[in-house]
Amino acid sequence: MTAITPVEAAAGTPTMCRDCGATLAEPALCGACGALQPLPSLDHFARLGLAAAYGIDPATLERAYFAQQRRFHPDRFAARGSRQKALALAHATAINAAYETLGEPLARARYLLERAGQPLPGDDGRTVGDPALLMEAMAWREALAEAATAADMAALAERLAAALDDVRDRLSRAFDGGDLAAATRETLRLAYLDKLGAELKRKRGGAS
Amino acid sequence: MLLEIHEPGETPLPHTGDDPGLAVGIDLGTTNSLVAISRDGRPEVLRDGRGRGLVPSVVAYLPGEAPIVGEVALRVMSDEPGHVIASVKRLMGRGVADVKTLGGLTADRLVGEAGAGMARIALGEQLLSPVEVSAEILRALKGRAELALGAGVTQAVITVPAYFDDAARSATRDAARLAGLEVLRLVNEPTAAALAYGLDQGAEGLYAIYDLGGGTFDISLLKLEKGVFQVLATGGDAALGGDDMDHVLAEAMLAERGGAIAQDEIKAALAAARRAKEALTEQPAVDVTLDLGGTISVHRVTAEYFDALAAPLVARTITACQAVLSDADCPPTDLAGVVLVGGSTRVPLVRRAVERFFGRAPLADIDPDEVVALGAALQAEALTRGSDTLLLDVVPLSLGLETMGGLVEKVIPRNTPIPVSRAQDFTTYKDGQTAMAIHVLQGERELVEQNRSLARFVLSDIPPLTAGAARIRVAFAVDADGLLTVSAREATTGHEAHVDVKPSYGLSEDDLTAMLDAAFRNARTDNLARLLAEARIDGRRLAEAISAAVAVDGDLLTEADRAALDAAGRRLDAALDGDDRDTIRDATEALEAASRPFAEARMDRNIREALAGQSVSRLASRL
Repeated sequence: MTAITPVEAAAGTPTMCRDCGATLAEPALCGACGALQPLPSLDHFARLGLAAAYGIDPATLERAYFAQQRRFHPDRFAARGSRQKALALAHATAINAAYETLGEPLARARYLLERAGQPLPGDDGRTVGDPALLMEAMAWREALAEAATAADMAALAERLAAALDDVRDRLSRAFDGGDLAAATRETLRLAYLDKLGAELKRKRGGAS
Repeated sequence: MLLEIHEPGETPLPHTGDDPGLAVGIDLGTTNSLVAISRDGRPEVLRDGRGRGLVPSVVAYLPGEAPIVGEVALRVMSDEPGHVIASVKRLMGRGVADVKTLGGLTADRLVGEAGAGMARIALGEQLLSPVEVSAEILRALKGRAELALGAGVTQAVITVPAYFDDAARSATRDAARLAGLEVLRLVNEPTAAALAYGLDQGAEGLYAIYDLGGGTFDISLLKLEKGVFQVLATGGDAALGGDDMDHVLAEAMLAERGGAIAQDEIKAALAAARRAKEALTEQPAVDVTLDLGGTISVHRVTAEYFDALAAPLVARTITACQAVLSDADCPPTDLAGVVLVGGSTRVPLVRRAVERFFGRAPLADIDPDEVVALGAALQAEALTRGSDTLLLDVVPLSLGLETMGGLVEKVIPRNTPIPVSRAQDFTTYKDGQTAMAIHVLQGERELVEQNRSLARFVLSDIPPLTAGAARIRVAFAVDADGLLTVSAREATTGHEAHVDVKPSYGLSEDDLTAMLDAAFRNARTDNLARLLAEARIDGRRLAEAISAAVAVDGDLLTEADRAALDAAGRRLDAALDGDDRDTIRDATEALEAASRPFAEARMDRNIREALAGQSVSRLASRL
C-alpha cells in the first residue's frame, strides 16, 4: 500500500485536446488522437449518457455502463504513458461511482434529492419529523419481530417486495412531477424498507 | 477474434514502432505455476523440452548454487527438505501466526514476530522473504518463456486468487518487480478462467467459477455478455486448498504410526499424502509407505477414508458458495453454468459436492490446471495489442478503518466494482491536536483483531484547532489491480497532511530496493547457466542416491548389473566435470536406466519387510 495524491480534476470545460491540440467534440476523450482528457465534472447521469430521471431500466443502465467502461477503463490505456493511465483510472472510478449510485434504487433517490438541493433528512443532520412514517416503520418492525416460522417470514418477504414495488412507482411519479416533498417521503420509506429487507434476509439465513 | 471494429476515435491503442517485448500470462500457483502466451486470440501454454507445462512452485537453495526452480527442486526436496521451499504462496503477505502447523511444526522454519510483518523463511544461513522466493519462480517462468519464444519477455499479466487481500497482492507485484517483469495487470484467477472459457465457447449469462487450488479457494459469480466479464460477487478462503487435504491425511497417518516427527520429515509426509490423494482420483484404495527416520510404516487409505477426512474442508467451500450466491441474490437455478478451476477439483469428492450444491454437472472441458494461465495470456494480449474484451472486477474483502473501541468502520464494502475511490472524514478530539493515528483494515468482521491489518498511518502536521474543528479527509482508492492507495488532507485549511505508511505485512520500499540491488549484483539470470545448474544437480543427486542405495542393499546386485551401473556412473562423473548440459542430461538418463532393475529389487525388499511386521518391531524399539 502506498500513499498518492489524486489526479487533478478539470477546471471548466476544455475545448482543445491537451495532447494534440485538436478541437474536442466531447470533453473526456480526443477524437483525433485518442488521448484522454482530465476528468470533466459531470453529474452521474451525464457521465453515463443517461437522461436524469428516477425511472431507469436496469438493462439500459447496464448497457450505458459497459459502453463507457469499454472506452475509459484503464485496461484500454495499458500501452499508453503513466499520465494517460492515471487519467483512465480517474475516469473509470467516476463511471463506477455513477453506475453504483444510479443502479441502486435508494442511492439513486438520495442522489436525485441531493442534486435538487434538498438532501434527505438524516443525511445532513436534520431529524425525520414525519410521525405517520415513523408509526408505519414501527408496524413493519413488529411484523419482523413476530415472524417466527419460515412460512411467516416468506409471507413477510412477499408483502415487503410488493411494498417496495409501490414505493418505487410513487418515487418515479414524484420525481417526474417535481414533487420533492413526496419524493423525500417516499425515499425515507424506501430507506427503512431496505433496512428491514436486509434484516429479514439475515433472519431467514440464520433460520435455514 | 478476427476483426476489431471501433467507432471513430475509439481506438486507444495505436500500434507504435517500438515493440516493448512480448507479454505473457502467468499463473503463479501454490503448487504449480505456468506461463502462457496468446497470439491472435489463441492462447497456448509454454512447455519445456519434454512437453511439460506445469512448473512445480518449488525452489531449492543449495549451497554454492544458483536457486533451482521446478521439477528438479521438487526432486531435491525428498533428500534435502531443509534446502527447499514449497507452497510459498501461502506466506505471501502473511505473518508467522497465520501459518499452519503439522505436529506443532511448520513445513519451513519461519522467523518473525507474531502479528508484525511478513514471515521470513530461515534456510541455512539465509533469511528469505516469500517475495524473493516467488521472484525466483517468476524468473524461471520468464526464462522458460524466453527460451520457448526466442525473444525477450518483459511484461506479464499475473493471476492472483480473487480473495487475496491487499498485502498478498502487493507482495505478488513486488515479486514480479524483483524478477524483472512489468505487471500489466493482476487478474483474479476465476476471472482469467472465465476469460478462457468465454472466448473459447462464446458463453453468455451468469457463471459460477469454483476454483480450488493447492492453497487457495475462490468462488466468483460472473456475468458474461458480449465480451464483458463482470464480476458480481466473490468469496472464498485464501488459506484453503489441496494442501489442506494433504495435511489432514498426513496427520491421520502420523497418528496411526505414533511417535514424534522431526522437522525435516514433514515435507516427506506431506508429499506422500499428496501422492496418495492423487492416486485416489483413479483408484478406490492406495497403500502409502512412510519411510521416516528409519522407520517404515504402511497405511491403507481407501477413498471413503480420505473423503471422510476431506469432507469438512469441502464443506467449507460449499458454505462460501452459499454466501456468494446470497450476496448476489442469485439462486443456483439462475446460473448458466459452473466452471471448475484448479488441480484440486480433480478430487472426486469435490466434484460430487459441487454438482450436488449447484444442481448441475460442472464444466471442466479446459484442463483445470491450465485454464487460468490461458486466460492470463489472453488478457496480456488484450492489454498490449488491443481487444474488445473488458474485465470488470470487484473488491473481494471490505476495506475499513479502526474507530473508537476497537471497532471497524467499513469505507469500501466487499463486491464494490473497481476501480473505486471513497473518502471518509475524521476530526480531532483534543484542542490543538496536530497528529492522528489511523489503522487500515481489510475483512468482514466487526472487531479490529478479527480483521487483517493492512497499514497504520500517522497523520501529522494537522493545524492546531479546537477539538472537532479540523476535518481530515482520508481517501481510499482501489485501482483495477485491486491494489489500495491512501491519501489524506486537512479539508478546512486545505493543508495536505503528511502520511507515514507502515505496511503491516508488505515490504517497505527500502526492503524492496535492497532486494533489487542484491538481485542485480548477483545477476544469475542467464537461462542457460540456470539450466546447466539444474542438469548438474539432477545428475549429482542421482549418483549420490545410487551410491547410498548400493551401500545398504548392494547384495541385491548381480555382477552384470553392478558393472553396468559402475560404467554409467563413471560416464556421468565425466559429464559432470564438463559444461555441456545435453551430455549431462544424457548421462543422467543412462544411469537412471541402468539402475532400474536395482531400484525394483529394492522396492520389493522394502515392501516385503514392511508387510512382515518389521515396521512394528522397529517402531517399538524406537519408542
